[in-house]
Amino acid sequence: MSEQTKHTPRTAYEKMRALHEVARFDDGTSLIYIDRIILHERTGSIALTNMIEEARPVLCPDMVFATIDHIVDTRPGRPSLSRMPGGEVFIDAMRTTTSQLGLRLFDVDDPRQGIVHVMAPEQGIALPGLTIVCPDSHTCTLGGLGALAWGIGSTDCEHALATRTLRVANHRQMRIWVEGSMPPWLSAKDIIIHLIERYSTSGAKGYVIEFDGPAIRQMEIEQRLTLCNMAVEFGAFSAFVSPDAKTLDYVRGRPFAPRPRHQDAAQSHWLALTSDTGALFDREIHLDIAQLSPRITWGTSPQQAIPIDGHIPAPSSDANLSAARSDQRALDYMGLKSGESLLGKKIDAAFIGSCTNSRLSDLRRAADILRSRRIADHVTAICVPGSTQVKQAAEAEGLHLIFQQAGFEWQEAGCAMCFFAGGHSFGAQARVISSTNRNFEGRQGPGTRTHIASPETVALSALNGCISDLRSLMPQHDDRRVS
Amino acid sequence: MMKPITIHSGIAAPLLFANINTDTIIPSREMKRVSKTGFADGLFANMRYLNMERKADPAFILNQPAYRGASVLLTGDNFGCGSSREHAVWALYGFGFKVIVAESFGSIFFDNCITNGVLPVRLSHDTINQFARYVSADPQNRPLAIDLEARTVVAGALTCEFEIPDTARDLLMKGHAPIDVTLERIDAINHHMGEDKKRRPWLYAMADGG
Ligand code: SF4
Repeated sequence: MSEQTKHTPRTAYEKMRALHEVARFDDGTSLIYIDRIILHERTGSIALTNMIEEARPVLCPDMVFATIDHIVDTRPGRPSLSRMPGGEVFIDAMRTTTSQLGLRLFDVDDPRQGIVHVMAPEQGIALPGLTIVCPDSHTCTLGGLGALAWGIGSTDCEHALATRTLRVANHRQMRIWVEGSMPPWLSAKDIIIHLIERYSTSGAKGYVIEFDGPAIRQMEIEQRLTLCNMAVEFGAFSAFVSPDAKTLDYVRGRPFAPRPRHQDAAQSHWLALTSDTGALFDREIHLDIAQLSPRITWGTSPQQAIPIDGHIPAPSSDANLSAARSDQRALDYMGLKSGESLLGKKIDAAFIGSCTNSRLSDLRRAADILRSRRIADHVTAICVPGSTQVKQAAEAEGLHLIFQQAGFEWQEAGCAMCFFAGGHSFGAQARVISSTNRNFEGRQGPGTRTHIASPETVALSALNGCISDLRSLMPQHDDRRVS
Repeated sequence: MMKPITIHSGIAAPLLFANINTDTIIPSREMKRVSKTGFADGLFANMRYLNMERKADPAFILNQPAYRGASVLLTGDNFGCGSSREHAVWALYGFGFKVIVAESFGSIFFDNCITNGVLPVRLSHDTINQFARYVSADPQNRPLAIDLEARTVVAGALTCEFEIPDTARDLLMKGHAPIDVTLERIDAINHHMGEDKKRRPWLYAMADGG
């Protein structure tokens, strides 16, 4: 470390890069050392098959972790292997290639199986300060633990497997400082949707985001994971929350976390990975969440969002023709008009799951709303725990009974209907309120209309059969308090 | 292996929407093969076909005879955002696209272009609209010419420069697989690993997760 870097205040991102830099190129790109690679059957199978075809060895098999989540059947009891017609080939390829290359695989029946971004934190595979990649865009989720984690393509994944490195641009840095006490109706999901709605899906393009501030420090780890999960929808390279006491508590004792004899050394290393006072960011955003209302998307891009009691805006002015066309196309697809309110809009289905919102705390908050109540008759409702471990923990506290008695189907762990794999969908023009991260055209099935919201908002809307405001449950906001 | 690109001239198709995501470029259900080829038919499937039997929608630009053989795509802001699926690039490349001109790109998509020998060119909204107006008057006879070495795009009397990082440009111009270029530095990587084991022994003395 040069004298200069010792004294210049540095950001956490700069510290993490410096610790992982193998070489630097003239254009500012660096060759970055990769600590852990995570794979799933959908894209990992292609990378591994190609490695074998090109006879390339995996440099460090011990740092690779694979699971099966994307197209595995999640219906109760997993009646078939894949929910994608012909999807068995991906699962088979994952099994044969991981065994050929000597890689760990948490297979369908393994208690550690789950959505990659849910399984990695709970197994201690994701740890603070680690560089982690996975051929999946929501890898940024792991930044919730203070890791530098990002999604890559399959070919770059081969690069990481073969060389334990990747070329990484030196990203601009954005700090999002969040303050104000979190209202009881608000969750990390609403905060990130609000940021995307306000600054657009390219608002953080080219940036790595550091979330900080009193409200972030108050936030539990699972909420931080949710917050970082949608950084990719915000256009960011990645996002993270630097480690603190909550992070250390979360990580301690997890299967792949440091052994007890290394605990102290690891913890002091992690706690040093915060931004120094006076460190410079290219951009700073301040957000006060004390008055923020719950959010919901109205369109087919995550930026097409409004406060739950807001009105759909008019399409962008024709100053930007392509944006205006996209807005109009979204309204047509969603069967909505500008000026309309979404509150009270009848829904056909409700989905709770995905790497954004399928952890134990998400299910607990949704269950609190569903307890002893029934969803509206016309609503199809599904809850899919993010991992087998989440499912088992939820069942141990009886959450599955609350969901089932309310009329939700309780499924096996996986990505499930977060995306349409060609089999089961909610149907064309079905209006779905969903705790997922993408409302793209066709994302949950051809013609399916997806509204993204927090799992609490999804639960309440399922009960009422229409898009609903959580604040109606709060006495200070509405006298028609339910039960 | 990857074909090097230095100069490319081809028919350009304008698809001027913002935020075209990789689900739109290739829907998930079209990604049926454990391979990097054979995805051209699934390209823009939701826009390109009227039904599951793949009846072509005559309104979609790539179905129009005027744009037959298009190899340059002109598009809006944030092209290729969303899912990391590299199939998006494989489908575009398989269909015949060599260059994508957009206001900006999803960051994973941009990297995926580089590793697959597809040139991503960033230009301003106004410039793209100008090019689109120019080519659409007679697409077959008004090609767009992209010179990666000079970093220019030329169509008729319109010329403009674009920026691309040197490392990305080198890889595209040489047609090198990045993995082989990096393996030339394997000694430096192994050295880093050795030092790192001293600095973070806890990362290497992993529990077996039993
Ligand atoms: S849950 Fe959805 S967004 Fe998350 S990894 Fe799976 S498919 Fe992707």
